[in-house]
Amino acid sequence: MNNNINIKHMRLKGLVVKELLQIWRDPSSLAIAFVLPVVLLLLFGYGVSLDAKHVPLGWVIEKSTPETSSFSAAFARSEYFQNSYYADMNAAKRAMQLRKINAIIRLREDFSRELFKQNSPAIQVIIDGVDANTARLISGYVQGAWSEWLTHLAEVRGIELARPVITEHRIWYNSAVLSKDFLVPGLIAVIMTLIGALLTAMVMAREWERGTLEAMIATPVTMGEVLLGKLIPYYLLGMGGMLLSIVMAVFLFDVPLRGSFWILMLTGTLFLLVALGMGLLISIVAKNQFVAGQIAIIVTFLPAFILSGFIFDIGSMPAVVQGFTYLISARYFVAILQTVFLTGNIWAVILLNAAALLLMALLFFKMALKKAPKRLE
Amino acid sequence: MTDSSEPVDTLALACHQVCKQFTVGQRTVEALSDVSLSVTKSSVVGLVGPDGAGKTTLLRLAAGLLVADSGAISVFGQDCDRQVDSVHQLIGYMPQRFGLYEDLSVGENLNLYADLHGVSQVERQQRFDDLMHMTGLASFTQRLAGKLSGGMKQKLGLACTLLSQPQLLLLDEPSVGVDPVSRRELWSIIEHQVKTNGMTVVLSTAYLDEAERCDEVVLLDEGNKLDQNTPAYFNKLMQGRSYRARHAELSNRHLQTLLSGQTGIVDAVIQGDSVRVVSESKDLLESPAFKQISDKLTIETTSPRLEDAFIALLRQRHPVAVAKTDHSAVKPESPLSDEVVIQVDHVDRWFGQFQAVKKLSFTVNRGEIFGLLGANGAGKTTTFRMLCGLLPPSNGQLRVVGVDLRKAAAKARARIGYMSQKFSLYSALSVKQNLEFFSSAYGLRNAKREQCMQWALQQFDLVVDQDNESGDLPLGYKQRLAMACALMHEPEILFLDEPTSGVDPLARREFWNRTNQLAASGVTVLVTTHFMEEAEYCDRLIIMRDGDILIAGTPAEIKQQVTTAELPEPTMEDAFIQLVEAKQSNE
Repeated sequence: MNNNINIKHMRLKGLVVKELLQIWRDPSSLAIAFVLPVVLLLLFGYGVSLDAKHVPLGWVIEKSTPETSSFSAAFARSEYFQNSYYADMNAAKRAMQLRKINAIIRLREDFSRELFKQNSPAIQVIIDGVDANTARLISGYVQGAWSEWLTHLAEVRGIELARPVITEHRIWYNSAVLSKDFLVPGLIAVIMTLIGALLTAMVMAREWERGTLEAMIATPVTMGEVLLGKLIPYYLLGMGGMLLSIVMAVFLFDVPLRGSFWILMLTGTLFLLVALGMGLLISIVAKNQFVAGQIAIIVTFLPAFILSGFIFDIGSMPAVVQGFTYLISARYFVAILQTVFLTGNIWAVILLNAAALLLMALLFFKMALKKAPKRLE
Repeated sequence: MTDSSEPVDTLALACHQVCKQFTVGQRTVEALSDVSLSVTKSSVVGLVGPDGAGKTTLLRLAAGLLVADSGAISVFGQDCDRQVDSVHQLIGYMPQRFGLYEDLSVGENLNLYADLHGVSQVERQQRFDDLMHMTGLASFTQRLAGKLSGGMKQKLGLACTLLSQPQLLLLDEPSVGVDPVSRRELWSIIEHQVKTNGMTVVLSTAYLDEAERCDEVVLLDEGNKLDQNTPAYFNKLMQGRSYRARHAELSNRHLQTLLSGQTGIVDAVIQGDSVRVVSESKDLLESPAFKQISDKLTIETTSPRLEDAFIALLRQRHPVAVAKTDHSAVKPESPLSDEVVIQVDHVDRWFGQFQAVKKLSFTVNRGEIFGLLGANGAGKTTTFRMLCGLLPPSNGQLRVVGVDLRKAAAKARARIGYMSQKFSLYSALSVKQNLEFFSSAYGLRNAKREQCMQWALQQFDLVVDQDNESGDLPLGYKQRLAMACALMHEPEILFLDEPTSGVDPLARREFWNRTNQLAASGVTVLVTTHFMEEAEYCDRLIIMRDGDILIAGTPAEIKQQVTTAELPEPTMEDAFIQLVEAKQSNE
């Protein structure tokens, strides 16, 4: 069927107009395109936070000195921790078992003595590792706070402290370490997957179910026109959803947009084409709305959520799963989104990921065209 | 692409040894086996046959929507596989359910199809006007297609396919669920197109009176072509084998039950005030066995119709499956009980702004077969759901077996059986498992349950299929199983919602035989149908239209209303059309 590609302007116009009218009359399509992004953004922007704040810390100070007070006060001042004090290790351990505290910091009775000797003093930090993510955060914070306090102490007392390395932390690009700045851009990929793949798969399957496609393909229309007739309206809908998300991210959540808006729109187009291609392909295989919806959720929406690096860092996944993420288109778009929003136009990142998206888009459309003969079986 | 527009002397449709198989789950279904046929230009050809005969497959092959496994099929010389694009320029195809976008308006649907067929803006308006005038949809162009009645949808579907002025029109069951008035209008549109534009029409239909209007009829059964010829030829074949019988004492229903059990009789159905009998051979009347049945029988020959030939031909391939009726059970009719079991008093039902049922009132007596007739959307199913306590009425009173449904719906429900339009079976369960489930749902236990299951399997001839998945059964079998499930708890009243919709004439005959037997044993049966001729099986009936009762009474009373000198023996369909037209002219 070589004339799949043959496009007649009048037929295409008719199909696009029909699709837009249907979208306009079906509140659920509009809800997925415009209400859902708002709900998801509000939920992730305000509701979900991966930052550790007011983490309960248990202190066991075996001998109270001005130095120990100064050190624990450094934590008490911070908004990240909340101190509570225990007489001995047993009491602190019990509190940790009851999950009243997330970590124990033990200062031995020789703490002050060791501090002024040439030996570096040792503090014992025990962290509840049940929630690995929080545990890592606490460990990082404690180390940072420890070296900061030591530096501060040295400055005040004008003495040289024996420390092997002076670590100096600076966090770039997201200096406040706000998880919303990182989550909100990634969310755009999830929203566009919903519009591109889920909505498209469902509306196409609906046409099979209602027998409207059967009547349509008995006309001189080509499959290329049928597919384009779906693609154009849902592309517009998806870009509308994206625009709304960007506007909300920047103006409501104060996420910085350091890169170019137009690069976002351009790479967004590429990603949306991949999602639409997958949606169309799914609906050609599954000619029933329920099945199409299930497949779309399993192969597009869930991976976009879990395996794209949107919430869970790809670098900390097992190697096999990491390899698998290369098949997930959202992975490339999330990388672009996070870079363009928080870092700027880093061409190495943008071009590489955009190339991957382009390749996937071409692949899916070729498959969709090949798999969509003007037939019922 | 367009060089195919001068088909001279070629056949409009030609099939040569076409085979087509489908795989459904584990089974392979032979949808068409070795079918050859030809359709000449400007003729109207009807495809008839029971469910699964291959009618839809044949139309889809002709429309290039399916590809034959072997053999060749062509439209005006263009191959339906290799030259499918040229074929699509030549045909107009209307699938079952019309293929309309229900969320688009009438005008938007037309515009879409005009775009798809490349009708220029200049021609467009003229053609719209013509088609809207022809279909009577002119004042509805703004209305959403989903909000049209069945008949209007069908005409809009037809208008969409006629926009391109196709040379070959393929219609798949165009008149299912459409009221008789709309059916008549559809035929006048088709005939007009054939006469003025030389269009060729191939359509499948379950209505044999409709097939009778075709130039030629193709009879299909289980993927085989049994015959192709003119209706006149089929009628000639049956010459002298069609009779009408009356009995001095027995009612037509009893007589029909009695006669359909006799050897030598192919078919017996109630038609008007007599029973139509089709015999195996021409000398039925002379056979002594027939004379013995009763001396009170008067019998006369009548002119054959297509349905007679259809049933006769199919019976050769499918001998009667129903267990022979026990003749001793047929006794002169006892007068109907006048105990009222269902009382409907000024019942309304609103769905938002839409009034589905308007001030409905009627009563049903014990042991009656009571019919609710009308086209799709007339309010029959809504009425049924209210009577079964599945839907509360907006206004009015409903009493079933003396129970007010508003107060004690559950109590009434234990004494009724309901078979819904879609049969409500668990398609992944076997026949036996379905019966087991429904029997336990009705609270049958142990020995009683076993006894009921055996009764159902025997009575509904399902013993052989008891371990088959019910989803794989032919439609007629599903209907039998659904009826068995509804009867397991021995209800006093049985509600059958469109039991014969989409079921072929053979299975419909079986169904009515069973229903007659049930009524004879004292069960009250309420049945909805859109087949007007099935009204003859009812003791009393109402015909509904737009939620209203058009007329109520016995079949004879209703026909009496429209009997005139020109129409001495009206059918129920004639009555319906006349009554609707009379009502419209009053409005």
